[in-house]
Amino acid sequence: MVGKNCFAIASDRRLGVQLQTIATDFQRISKIHDRLFIGLSGLATDSQTLYQRLVFRHKLYQLREERDMKPETFASLVSALLYEKRFGPYFCQPVIAGLSDEDKPFICTMDSIGAKELAKDFVVAGTAGESLYGACEAMFKPDMEPDELFETVSQALLSSVDRDCLSGWGGHVYIV
Amino acid sequence: MGDSQYSFSLTTFSPSGKLVQIEHALTAVGSGQTSLGIKASNGVVIATEKKLPSILVDESSVHKIQSLTPNIGVVYSGMGPDFRVLVRKSRKQAEQYHRLYKEPIPVTQLVRETAAVMQEFTQSGGVRPFGVSLLVAGYDDKGPQLYQVDPSGSYFSWKASAMGKNVSNAKTFLEKRYVEEMELDDAVHTAILTLKEGVLTPNEIRDYLAEVE
Repeated sequence: MVGKNCFAIASDRRLGVQLQTIATDFQRISKIHDRLFIGLSGLATDSQTLYQRLVFRHKLYQLREERDMKPETFASLVSALLYEKRFGPYFCQPVIAGLSDEDKPFICTMDSIGAKELAKDFVVAGTAGESLYGACEAMFKPDMEPDELFETVSQALLSSVDRDCLSGWGGHVYIV
Repeated sequence: MGDSQYSFSLTTFSPSGKLVQIEHALTAVGSGQTSLGIKASNGVVIATEKKLPSILVDESSVHKIQSLTPNIGVVYSGMGPDFRVLVRKSRKQAEQYHRLYKEPIPVTQLVRETAAVMQEFTQSGGVRPFGVSLLVAGYDDKGPQLYQVDPSGSYFSWKASAMGKNVSNAKTFLEKRYVEEMELDDAVHTAILTLKEGVLTPNEIRDYLAEVE
C-alpha cells in the first residue's frame, strides 16, 4: 500500500498445504535492496526458487551497472522471468513494492505468467486477496504518513486474514 | 620477417607479445576516413567525412552515422561492411536489454556489449578482427557520453576524440579548441572545423574563421 513518500508491504505468516498448517513463522516478504521488497505468495518451493533467481539477477545487475535496480525495472525483470516459464509457470503471485530515487513509491503485482498489474493505491495477492480488496478499499486514504500507513495496513491485513481459513497466524509488516 | 610467421593465425602471439592481426586492423582504421566526436555540456556531437568514391554515387544512400537506440548514435572509421555487422549486433543487444527491463539501455552497457563482440572476434577461430573503430555517442541518466571502441575490444570514454586519417592532427586541433563548458552549437562548429583541418591548410582555416567570427 502506498503512502506519502513511503510504502508498506505486509503478509501473514502461515505456511500450509491445503488445510494443514506446516509453519506459523513463514517469511513471504524478502528484501532485494534497501528500498525494494518483494512478496511472493503461492507455492512455497516455487517462491523460493524464483526469489533465489531474482536475487541472483539483481546481484549481477548491481555488479554490471554499479547501481541498484529501479522498482519499475525490477518489476519488468520479474515479469520476464515469469513469462519465460509461460507453459509451466512458477505457481506464485508476486507483489513488488519499492521507492524510486526521488522517494516516489511504486507498487505492482502480477499473475503467475508475469502479467503486470500496476496501481496507484494498493495491490493484493494470495488466498485472502478478495477480502483484502474490501478491507483496503474501505481503509485506504491517499498520502498517509508512515505511522498511519502502518496502522491501516496492519488492520486491513488482520481483518482480512480472519475471513480466510487459509491465512493467518499473525503477520509481517514492512514500512519503507 | 620475424612477424610474418605469426601474422596469419590470428590467435597466435608473436614473440614480442603482439597480436599482429589486431595491429593490421588498427592500420585499416588509421587509413579510413576521419571521424570525430566531441562531448559538450548539453549533448554530444559525432561527425565524419562523407567522401564518396565517385560523383556518380547517390549520396543519399550512404549512411556513415547510424543510431543504435533513439538516444545512442555511432560513427566509424575503417571498413563500412564491418561497421554494418556491428551496428546490427549492437541494435539487437539494445533491444534485448529493453525487452528485459522495459528501459532504454545505458550507454556504458551498450558500449561494453559491443566491445565484448569485438573482443570475441580477436580470440575465436576462423574469423578476423573488425576493421573498424567506433565512436559511440549517447545521452542517458549520467548525461552526455562519448566512447571510442577499438578492434581489440578496448574502449575509453573521451571528452573529444578523433580517428581515421589525420588522427594526430585532428587530436591536436581538438586539444587546442576543446573547452569543458562548451555547448552543443560550439561543439558542432568545432567538429566541422576539425574535419576541415584535414582538408584545408592552416591559412585557409584562418581565413574561414575570420569569415565566420
